Amino acid sequence: MKIIACIKQVPDSEAKVKAEDGKVTWGDAPLVINPFDEYAVEGALQQREALGGTVTALCVGPESAKEALKHALAMGADEAVLVSDPALTDLDTVGAARVLAAAIQKIGGADMVMFGRQTLDNGAGLTAAQTARVLGLPMLGFVGQIKVEGDSVTVDRVTEEGRQTVSAKMPAVLSLVQSIGEPRYPSFMGIRKASKATIPVWSLADVGATASAPVVTRVELMNPPVSEAKVEMITGETPAEIADKLADKILAEKVL
Amino acid sequence: MKTFVYIDHFKSDVQPASWEALGVAKSFGTAVALVFGSDADEISKAAFEFGADEVIVVDDSALTDYRAEPYASTLSALAAASTPDLILFPTTARTREFAAMSAVDLNTGVLTDVSKFEQDGDKLVATRPIYEGKVLEKTVCSGKPVMATIPARAFPKPERVAGKSGTATKAAAKTEALTTVVGYAATESAVNIGDAAVIVSGGRGVSNNPALGLDEKATAQKGFEMIGELAKLLGGAVGASRAAVDGGYITYAHQVGQTGKVVAPDLYIACGISGAIQHLVGMRNSKLIVAINKDPEAPVFSQARYGVVGDLFAIVPALTEAMKKKMGK
Repeated sequence: MKIIACIKQVPDSEAKVKAEDGKVTWGDAPLVINPFDEYAVEGALQQREALGGTVTALCVGPESAKEALKHALAMGADEAVLVSDPALTDLDTVGAARVLAAAIQKIGGADMVMFGRQTLDNGAGLTAAQTARVLGLPMLGFVGQIKVEGDSVTVDRVTEEGRQTVSAKMPAVLSLVQSIGEPRYPSFMGIRKASKATIPVWSLADVGATASAPVVTRVELMNPPVSEAKVEMITGETPAEIADKLADKILAEKVL
Repeated sequence: MKTFVYIDHFKSDVQPASWEALGVAKSFGTAVALVFGSDADEISKAAFEFGADEVIVVDDSALTDYRAEPYASTLSALAAASTPDLILFPTTARTREFAAMSAVDLNTGVLTDVSKFEQDGDKLVATRPIYEGKVLEKTVCSGKPVMATIPARAFPKPERVAGKSGTATKAAAKTEALTTVVGYAATESAVNIGDAAVIVSGGRGVSNNPALGLDEKATAQKGFEMIGELAKLLGGAVGASRAAVDGGYITYAHQVGQTGKVVAPDLYIACGISGAIQHLVGMRNSKLIVAINKDPEAPVFSQARYGVVGDLFAIVPALTEAMKKKMGK
């Protein structure tokens, strides 16, 4: 079984991200593997354990994104590849999907290509489906459980309404969600292996792709409006008294 | 301007934000509602009543169950044939996916979770959250059609005019599919907090009540039972913080926050939620926010209109009783 886990590097979820002079800043907060992509790596490792094979972590990003790939290696991925090119500064999701698709083909394809459901930075959650479309592969989104039989994969999709069981012939693209299981912590041996690993860096020319002008572009950045509502604390001698006052306040707002 | 509005439904149950999208489309000009799947008569009737100028129905057994490929291909074919300026969707797991694929076909882009549209000449400028909602960006899409998804309750729902009708046009489906739907199971997690008018949410605090003498999860279960009773009384849904979901107290479907669901109910009651930034950005657009927390320093109070410093295990049931009396129930 050949599995590719696509990951991205993003500022840590705890970072105080804000818009400053037309740029997004996050102070000295660390850059980490996108937390949702850890599920992609975890799911890939689970399948490798069940079926044998290899897991390749793939990332499109700046040189610094090697650290995110090292996290995937430390978790247990066999190989990692970074696609990095000065021409890749203004990628939109379709652009990223085309580069990923080209890199996946250069790797030699895979039985399963796994993604997280969205990134923490752009948060659009489009890239997995767009990569599947570019490659002409089946898309299995929001997957919480995976079962491989022969050349077909059957998954449980965790959606708003419940669980939908869907199957497809491999190769297929999957986006994984939390139900797949908590991502494992890198082991001591894994961290050692990752620190020694040489991660190949491919340029656009290497993967045979060209940078297309983005279709979606940002024209302005803003910080969200600060809440002006002053909190009014409700106090009283007993819970019943507090609840009584609070109920009056809520009803007076006429939102119900 | 001509706008397609994809009316998202699951087994004929329409996502209300579809109607909100129809209202947005009307404000720009002509609104064409798209209804996919079998048994579409009721939905197309409702679409006319909510203001659609035209309804296109694609009734084909290949579209009965949602599958990404035929849905995307059908949409791409419709868009290529009648060249709308804009295609709007309510944000759901389905729409993000097949809109994304259709955008590849049409060589355009998708603007997700748009909370505001502005027209600047012939450009449409969309405001959307990035970095978990910590920052907002204004974006434009140079492709045509522009595709955009809107979260529930971000735009007003248009008035439903009973009896307003029209003749739906039928269109053909693109039926080629790469996946097979094997089955479907509604689970207890089948909740859609995005549409709820009232949400009562629990956080890590629901597991903190040593007086019960129970373990962490059993305590949390009690806590969520109380929260559920208040939610039920108010006709609302139960939400949760990431801490409560990560703790295994409740399923992911209940999670409020940019990484769960962004919500904007009329009333949001946060119980035992300290208020991590990710949670606050997921609920701060609620009309009225009430916070109950033991810690007077909890950041959640910065977003709340009313706050109570106290034990949710005492305050929540008392509030349920008080509301019951005052609402005459």
